[in-house]
Amino acid sequence: MLRTIVSRLLQGIVVVFCLLLITFVLVRLMPGDPFSGEKAHSAHIIEKNKERFHLDKSYPEQFSVYLGLLIQGDMGDSPVKEQPVAKIIEHSFPASLILGIAGITIAILIGIPAGILSALKKNSYIDYGTMIIAMAGISIPSFVIAPLLAGHIATRVPFLKVAGWGDPFDWILPALTLGLGTAAYLARITRGGMLEVLNQDYIRTAHAKGVHPAIVVTKHAIRGGIIPAVAYIGPAFAALITGSFIIETIFQVPGMGQHFVNATKDRDYFLLQGVVILFGSLIVFANLAADIVLVMLNPRIRA
Amino acid sequence: MSFAHMVYLLLTACGLALVSCKGDPPIDTYTEKKILVLGNSTEPQGLDPQIVTGVIESNIIRALFEGLCVEHPSKQGIHLPGAAASWQANDDFTEWTFQLRKDGKWSDGTPLTAEDFLFSYQRILHPDFGAEYAGMLYYIQGAESYNKRKTEDFSSVGVSAPDPYTLKIKLKASIPFLPDLTKHYTWYPVPKHIILKHGSIDQRNTPWTEPENIVSNGPFILKQWRLNDYIHAEKNANYWDKDTVKLKGIRFLPVSNQYTEARMFFNEQLHATYGLAPEMIEHASNHYKKYLRQETYLGTNFIRFNVTDPTLKELKVRQALALSIDSEAIITHILKGGQKPAYGMVPPTEDYHTPNAVSFDPIRAKQLLQEAGYEGSKKLRVTLLSTDREVSKRLSEAYQDMWKKHLDAEVSIEQREWKTYLSRMSELDYQLALGGWIGDYPDPTTFLDMWKTGDGNNRTGWSNKQYEALLATAEQTKDPDARLRILEQAEALFLSEMPIIPVYWYTTNYLLHTSVKGWHPLLLNNHPYKFVDLELSDAN
Repeated sequence: MLRTIVSRLLQGIVVVFCLLLITFVLVRLMPGDPFSGEKAHSAHIIEKNKERFHLDKSYPEQFSVYLGLLIQGDMGDSPVKEQPVAKIIEHSFPASLILGIAGITIAILIGIPAGILSALKKNSYIDYGTMIIAMAGISIPSFVIAPLLAGHIATRVPFLKVAGWGDPFDWILPALTLGLGTAAYLARITRGGMLEVLNQDYIRTAHAKGVHPAIVVTKHAIRGGIIPAVAYIGPAFAALITGSFIIETIFQVPGMGQHFVNATKDRDYFLLQGVVILFGSLIVFANLAADIVLVMLNPRIRA
Repeated sequence: MSFAHMVYLLLTACGLALVSCKGDPPIDTYTEKKILVLGNSTEPQGLDPQIVTGVIESNIIRALFEGLCVEHPSKQGIHLPGAAASWQANDDFTEWTFQLRKDGKWSDGTPLTAEDFLFSYQRILHPDFGAEYAGMLYYIQGAESYNKRKTEDFSSVGVSAPDPYTLKIKLKASIPFLPDLTKHYTWYPVPKHIILKHGSIDQRNTPWTEPENIVSNGPFILKQWRLNDYIHAEKNANYWDKDTVKLKGIRFLPVSNQYTEARMFFNEQLHATYGLAPEMIEHASNHYKKYLRQETYLGTNFIRFNVTDPTLKELKVRQALALSIDSEAIITHILKGGQKPAYGMVPPTEDYHTPNAVSFDPIRAKQLLQEAGYEGSKKLRVTLLSTDREVSKRLSEAYQDMWKKHLDAEVSIEQREWKTYLSRMSELDYQLALGGWIGDYPDPTTFLDMWKTGDGNNRTGWSNKQYEALLATAEQTKDPDARLRILEQAEALFLSEMPIIPVYWYTTNYLLHTSVKGWHPLLLNNHPYKFVDLELSDAN
C-alpha cells in the first residue's frame, strides 16, 4: 500500500511538472504581456519591468530561473499585483477551503441519501422526482442559480446577505450554489451504484436469510453501492476547493477561483503558474485520497 | 407531547431565532459609525502612488495621500490648499513656488518637508524604478532626460528645496494647469523615511505599503487590507486638517460584478457603487431614482482608424464612415446613461470650444463614399476590432448595422479579449477599432498630446507635423486664453484628417445612498473624502 502511495505521489509530481511547463509556454504565447495597458507606457519602462521579472530572457532561461525560485520555496512576484504570489494564494486559500468543505458537505448530505432513496424506490414517483431534480441540478448553471438565490432568498432571509464574506452566514448561499450541482451528480452516480449492488446475489441471499431490509441496505448494500460516488467525490472536492470564478464574483467571495481567470486575462504569468501548481497538486492529492478510501471500502481492489 | 407538537415547537423556535437576527440594514450601522462603504470594482494593483496606474487605485490612494493642492468638493477648477499652504507662479507659468504648510505631518508624526517631495520626484523618475506613469512628470524641466537615463544627475531636474518648507518647480513649458496636475497621485509625496527603511529608492515590491508599515499624509490611514475582500482606512489623527474630516473610516470593496454590486446596494450593503451596468440604469431610474447619479465624466469614446491601411488611408472613406454613425441612437438605445454625442475629441468646457467636426449626415456620407470610388458593385469591406466586453459587443453590432444601412458596407466584427485587442491595436494590426480615453487632468492637452507621432497611445499611424507644431506653440504661449485658442486649432486640424470618429462623451452612472453628504458631481469623479459626511436621514 505504501509503495503504491509513493509511486502515485511521484507520478503526481511528474503530472504537475508537465502541467506547469505547458501553462508556462501557452500563457507566454498569448498576445500582450503583463505590462501592456489601455494607456501605453514608454518602451524603456516596459523593458525595465521585463528585465525585473526576467521576461527579457529566452523561455528556457525564464523557466530555469522560475524552477530555481520554486526549489527555494518562492513562487515569484506577481507583475500585475506587485505582491508575492505565495502571499496572494495564502490570503485567498482559506475562503476557498471553507467554501469547498461546505460545498462538498452539502453535496454529500443531499446527493448520497437522494441517490440511495431513489435506488431503493426504483421506478416510483420518488425515484422519478429525485432524478428530475438531479437532472435540473446538473443542467442549470451556477450563473443562473446564484443570482436567483441572491435575489430571492438573501433579500427575504434576515441573516443572509446578497454578497459578502463577513460571517459564517455568508457561507450558506455560495456553498449551496456550489454544492447543489455536485449533489445532483452524486445522486445519479449513487443511484447507479446502488442499483448494481442491489441486484447482486449476496443481497438476494441476505434477504432470503430473513435479514431486516434496513440492515441489508445499511450494512451490505451501501458499502459497495457508494464506491462510484466515493471515486467521484475526490476530484469533485478538489474542483470545489479550487473555487468557481462565477460563484466568487456573484457572491463576492475572496477565493482562488477568480485568480485563475483574472491572471490569464492580465497575463499575470507568475500568479497563473502558482495557481496551476496549487490546483494540480490538489487534484493529485484528492485522487490519491479517493483511491485510498476506495481500497479501504473494497478489499478486492488491493490485489 | 406528540411528534407534531414537537415539530411545531421546533419551527417556532427557529422562526424566533431568525427574527431575532434581523437588525438594522448593514448600511445604517456603518452610517452611525461614520464609515463610508464604497464599491470599488476590483482588487487594486497596489497602493504605491508611484507604481499604480488606474482609477481603482486612485480612489483609495486619494484617501491615504494628499498632493500639494486638493480638489474642491463641488467646484471644478478651484484648487484648495493641501500639503502646500500657498503657491505662486511666474508670469509665463514656467516657474512655480509652493510653500508647504508647517503643520504638515506624516501619519507617524514625522514632519512633511520639501525633501520628501524631492525624494518622491526622484523616485518616480528614477530610470531603474520603472514607474509606468513617470511621464506625468515630464512637464518638469529635465525630468524626461533623467527618466530616460540621458543624464544621471538628478540636480539637472527642475525641482529644488531652498528651505524645508519651500518647493520650487521649473517647467519645460508654460503649464497654467500645474495645480490640477498636483492633484494626480503621481505628484503625491511618498514617505522617504519609510521607503528607505524597507528598501532602496529604485526598489519596487517592498512591504512599505502593508498596513503595519505604511505611513501617509492624507486624511485617512490604511488599517486593513484583506485581499479581494476589502480595504479599510481610518481617520488619520496626525492630519493637518483633521477637524474638517467627518468620517471615521472608509471601506473599499472590490466588487467586480456590476450586478452583484447593484444587488449589494439595493440590499443596503454599500453607500455607493463604482458603476452601473447599462441594463440596470433604466431599472434604477424607475425604482431607485433618488439614488441614481448620472454625471459628466472627462472622457471620450471613439473609433480608431488605422490610417496606414490601404482602404482607410483614403480620407473620404473615413469621413463617410464617421458621418453615418447616429450617436444619439446609440446613447438612447444602447448606453441609456445620459452620455452626450461627441462632435470632437476634447469634451467641451466653459473656456474650451471643441470644433464641431462630426455630425450624423447619411446622405453626405453616401456621397463621400461614392466620390471615393465605392459605388455599384464595388462595396466597402472593412473589419472592426472590438473587445469581449458586453457594451463593446453591442456598440460594434450597432455600428455594423448603421454602416450597412447607410453605406451598404460589409463590416465584419472581430471580438478579442482585452490584451489581444490592445496588442493588435499597438501593432496596427486592424482596420477600425473601438477606443476610449479618460482625461488625467482637466486640460485639453490630456486629449491632444496622445496623437503626436510615436506616442504609445496614438495607435492609428496618423502623424502631422503642423499639428505637433501647433501643440508646441501652445506650450510656449503665456496667455492662457490664447493657448486654448491654439489648442482648438490643433484639434480642428486633427479632426479634419479624421484618424478617429468621436462617438460620445462619457458620463458616470452609479448609485449613491441618500445618507452620503458632501458628495457632488466632479468631472474626474475624484471626490475629496475629507469633505464627505454620513447622516441617517428619514429617506432611509
